[in-house]
Amino acid sequence: MHYALCLMLFMIGLYGVMVKRNLIKIIISLIIMESAVNLFLVMIGYRKDGIAPIMTKGMEAGTFAARAVDPVPQALVLTAIVIGLGVTAMTIAIAMRLYERYGTYDIKEMRKLKG
Amino acid sequence: MQIIPLFVAIPLGAAFFIPMIGRKNPRLSDTLANITTLALLLMALSVIGKSGVYWMGGWVPRLGVPLGINLVLDPVSVFMLITITLISFLVTVYSIQYMDKFTAKARFYSLFLLMVAGMNGVALTGDLFNLYVFLEIASIASYALVAFGCQHEELEASFKYLILGSVGSTAILFGIGIVYAMTGSLNMAQIANVIGGDLKAIHLFAVALFISGFGLKAALVPFHAWLPDAHPSAPAPISAMLSGVLIKTIGIYALARVMFNVIGLTPLTSYILLVLGTLSMVVGVLLAMGQDDIKRFLAYSSISQVGYVVLAIGIGTRFAIAAGLFHLINHAVFKSLLFLNSGAIEYSTGTRDLNKMGGLRDKMPVTSTTSLIGSMSIAGIPPFSGFWSKLLIIMAAVQAERYGFAAWAAGVSVLTLAAFMRLQRKAFFGEPKEAYADAKEAPASMQVSMVCLAVLCVVMGFLWVPQAKDTLLIPAAKVLQEGLNYASSVLGM
Repeated sequence: MHYALCLMLFMIGLYGVMVKRNLIKIIISLIIMESAVNLFLVMIGYRKDGIAPIMTKGMEAGTFAARAVDPVPQALVLTAIVIGLGVTAMTIAIAMRLYERYGTYDIKEMRKLKG
Repeated sequence: MQIIPLFVAIPLGAAFFIPMIGRKNPRLSDTLANITTLALLLMALSVIGKSGVYWMGGWVPRLGVPLGINLVLDPVSVFMLITITLISFLVTVYSIQYMDKFTAKARFYSLFLLMVAGMNGVALTGDLFNLYVFLEIASIASYALVAFGCQHEELEASFKYLILGSVGSTAILFGIGIVYAMTGSLNMAQIANVIGGDLKAIHLFAVALFISGFGLKAALVPFHAWLPDAHPSAPAPISAMLSGVLIKTIGIYALARVMFNVIGLTPLTSYILLVLGTLSMVVGVLLAMGQDDIKRFLAYSSISQVGYVVLAIGIGTRFAIAAGLFHLINHAVFKSLLFLNSGAIEYSTGTRDLNKMGGLRDKMPVTSTTSLIGSMSIAGIPPFSGFWSKLLIIMAAVQAERYGFAAWAAGVSVLTLAAFMRLQRKAFFGEPKEAYADAKEAPASMQVSMVCLAVLCVVMGFLWVPQAKDTLLIPAAKVLQEGLNYASSVLGM
């Protein structure tokens, strides 16, 4: 169920990227796609009533393995968010330059290239 | 194997230092960038025939289960490293004088080396998420490089490339997430062990995501829309890098590695690869025929030539994969040469329109001769390298009883010849145009690099003689063809 919602969010983002004509809306759709994937990664590591994956004093390895959430997806999400931030910053920088040149955010009016 | 991480660390370090010390003095950044790429090329040549695994941070596997991230040097990685470093060295030599017309040369080299670091990382990594990280490093650097001139076309092309590229990366990350959820590991060897060729529906969903993601990066035909805008808009050395190396490393190599060695090839996926390859081959060359912009023409022809490589990999026999890799390195050489030629023409005449050129043969003898060699090589005229690799791909298709695909490959090669005849006729032969009466030959560093690549167009043909073939191409094809045995060879090392 949760995974289906995640896929739906991904598809909404993909739809926005493909259909929207405004640079800013395209960028937002891209961010939605990235968030959908990040959410998916977090959910992989989720465990009901889980504890933080930190070994404390006096904890047995058995209970730790049985109860701690998987820390790897969290590390992955952190990395993916940083990469996503880099890409978004780059996209916005280019969109701003495009606005300076064309005076509009409408990609229909940016037609120097044949397509 | 302490040399393995240096393939990533050296360009990354140089990318950091060049803008710091080279800002005031462009010659210093030229020197540093060229020394870096030359060192990488020598290192890549020194590891031919060697293999090894480097565990980052000393996290070696316990009880056969990998704990940390590893870099794997095997024959396929060696082959890719040679391709990347060879082209990037010749391109930096070319950039010395070509990039003089741009300001901010130090930043150019910085982004360039960042891209090289990303590509080397993709070629070496043995960890699926690490592959994604390196792929994004190479991609982000290339987005910035496409927009380097900051004119209308460049920004527009870069935006389009960036959006489609990011959609591809997101699909790849999604696929990686699914694979992790199913196998509980990110190490490629360990994943191959766990899946063991037993594919379920959810794995096939991941395969679909990988094919569309890497297909977007490699510009295979239904996903190719960005390439004919992005590659021509970049400065010529970058076009050469993007078309020559980038789409192959982060597209085809990564796709082949994941499909063959990690998830395992099924008849369905190999058929998809065959169809995508043939489609790219045919559509690319047909779209190329009508182009008047020389760089746009070359970009479409890249799509077509990449189709050959994917077709050969899709056939899946050892002979076919070796032929495909052979075509991959040949295409890297002659397509970079042709892009550098187009850059030289633009440098001297200021135009990329084929209709406005003509009679440049007498004005620019070196550019014209090397371009003729490149065109003959890509069109498949013996004795140039392109002829041998195309012939071998067609032979491999016939041997695997894929007669229809073999016929398509032969037909496209004829069309390619026709398309490149047109290019040569319009640009270099015919009546000299008044407007370019004072066009001069390109400066020395550009000539050196073009001549080296033209010589390589001939020399590369010798990669298929038995001795060279057995050290470079056949072992690489063997690794891919043996598929999931990759796991035992990596974890056993």
